[in-house]
Amino acid sequence: MNLSMAVELSYLLSSVLFVIGLKRLQSPATARGGNQLAALAMLIAIVATLLDNQIADWTTIIVAMTVGTIIGGFAARMVQMTEMPELVGIFNGFGGAASALVAAAELIRLQSLGASSPVGEGLSIVLSCLIGTVTFSGSFIAFGKLKGLVSGNPITFPLQKTLNAVLFLGILVFGGAIMGLFQIGNLTALNTFYIFTAAAIALGILLVIPIGGADMPVVISLLNSYSGLAASAAGFVIGSNVLIISGALVGASGLILTLIMCKAMNRSLGNVAFGAFGGESTGGVQGDDSEKIARSVDPEGAAMILAYAQSVIVVPGYGLAVAQAQHELRKVIDNLEERGVDVKYAIHPVAGRMPGHMNVLLAEADVPYDKLFDLDEINDDFDRTDVVLVVGANDVVNPEAHNPQSVIAGMPILDVDKAKSVIVMKRSLSTGFAGIDNPLFYMAHTSMLFGDAKESMNDLVREVRDA
Amino acid sequence: MGEMLVGIYVFVLATLAGREVITKVPPTLHTPLMSGANAISGISIVGALVVSSQVDSGLAQWLGGFAIALAMVNVVGGFMVTDRMLEMFKKG
Repeated sequence: MNLSMAVELSYLLSSVLFVIGLKRLQSPATARGGNQLAALAMLIAIVATLLDNQIADWTTIIVAMTVGTIIGGFAARMVQMTEMPELVGIFNGFGGAASALVAAAELIRLQSLGASSPVGEGLSIVLSCLIGTVTFSGSFIAFGKLKGLVSGNPITFPLQKTLNAVLFLGILVFGGAIMGLFQIGNLTALNTFYIFTAAAIALGILLVIPIGGADMPVVISLLNSYSGLAASAAGFVIGSNVLIISGALVGASGLILTLIMCKAMNRSLGNVAFGAFGGESTGGVQGDDSEKIARSVDPEGAAMILAYAQSVIVVPGYGLAVAQAQHELRKVIDNLEERGVDVKYAIHPVAGRMPGHMNVLLAEADVPYDKLFDLDEINDDFDRTDVVLVVGANDVVNPEAHNPQSVIAGMPILDVDKAKSVIVMKRSLSTGFAGIDNPLFYMAHTSMLFGDAKESMNDLVREVRDA
Repeated sequence: MGEMLVGIYVFVLATLAGREVITKVPPTLHTPLMSGANAISGISIVGALVVSSQVDSGLAQWLGGFAIALAMVNVVGGFMVTDRMLEMFKKG
């Protein structure tokens, strides 16, 4: 067996291990091993590639790999669990950029040879560069929105959609031009390529800025999918099946998560992408202001309600992540469980800023995952529950979703109002992302515990102990 | 066009395989799934290495080197952070 045969078989082995690794993510018990298997697959692919190619210049490769390893390792170690959406967001961008750069480098290499190339090759390069670049610039805007560097509210301006359409048309024209020039071995393809790339960067930015902060789970998932598709396209550029396969797996994964998130908000992908939904400015249509009195409770009172309950369901939201109160929440729950209270957690699919955000936070605080329940699993339990503790969640528990007139009509929500009593921990009565009032806060059996979730949790720990 | 057609076959079948595997991942693991998938999309490092090995100067070399570094951040950071998260998922 010669070397190139062995290399090809190594790539096949890598591809198989990627699939098996992902399959092991189907259960928390096997997931860690699955991830390690995928890492092994990556190592095999990298070693095979290094062995297979006559490396002209080792210095660049070694320096680049070392720099990447240091930055990646540092980021992975330092990142807080509450910041996972930001990290995944920016990594999506890096993946997209890498694929786009592969396409660009290949284009320049072929140009320097002055050779003409078949249409297929040109198309792969154009696609890889387009998807990769849009992923890159879109991911940076998403990162900025998550970090608060760019406004989390939808940013819209007149003729935005027209501009997008013009840009897209321009990209098609320039992309076609690159392929045409490329085919006849014309050197001006390179200049056209720069304009094309600039347009793709602008398109990525314009596609993400009109999307609001709470729609980030959809955006991050979609960009995740794009980063996979970009890798696949790069696979077509260099004629590598392992890239095509791995990229397709990631593309499928991101798309599935995107659709799950859309379903959890009862909105179409088109509505999320172009609807410019939500934001604090949407107020105004409030209905009647009369008779709306929210009952506030102090930590002592809340502790009493919790400590003498038999069953409690905790509903965490983005506010828990912002306040970084997951460890304090765990302490409160520990105290309740010591008193014999039965505690469960209800996780809405779009709680937080990325799919599974709440699950990771609670896992960090050592909450066993078999106490975490999905919307469908737990929604029938609320009417048999004494107390629901809502921590920093709003739209996902808004009963307005059952009102056909509401902007969030039809969104599947956690029916917490069916419980005997509800405690809502929140900083203020302000509206959630959807910009609409939450009638839950004004219900007779709801008590509002105002304040920073972390401080309130610390008070609760003390009060529950004394109760 | 023949090679491209084979590539399209591979792409479509891999997408279907991915769909089968990933729809069964429980919501509790969706964040690790994303960061793990992210690391896998760092497979473009193979492309970056192939391109870099074919050039030894000029702009293409710079772009190739840059692609290697970015993809490597994705690979190392992605797998490590996923491992860190999955370590925390304990049964009660």
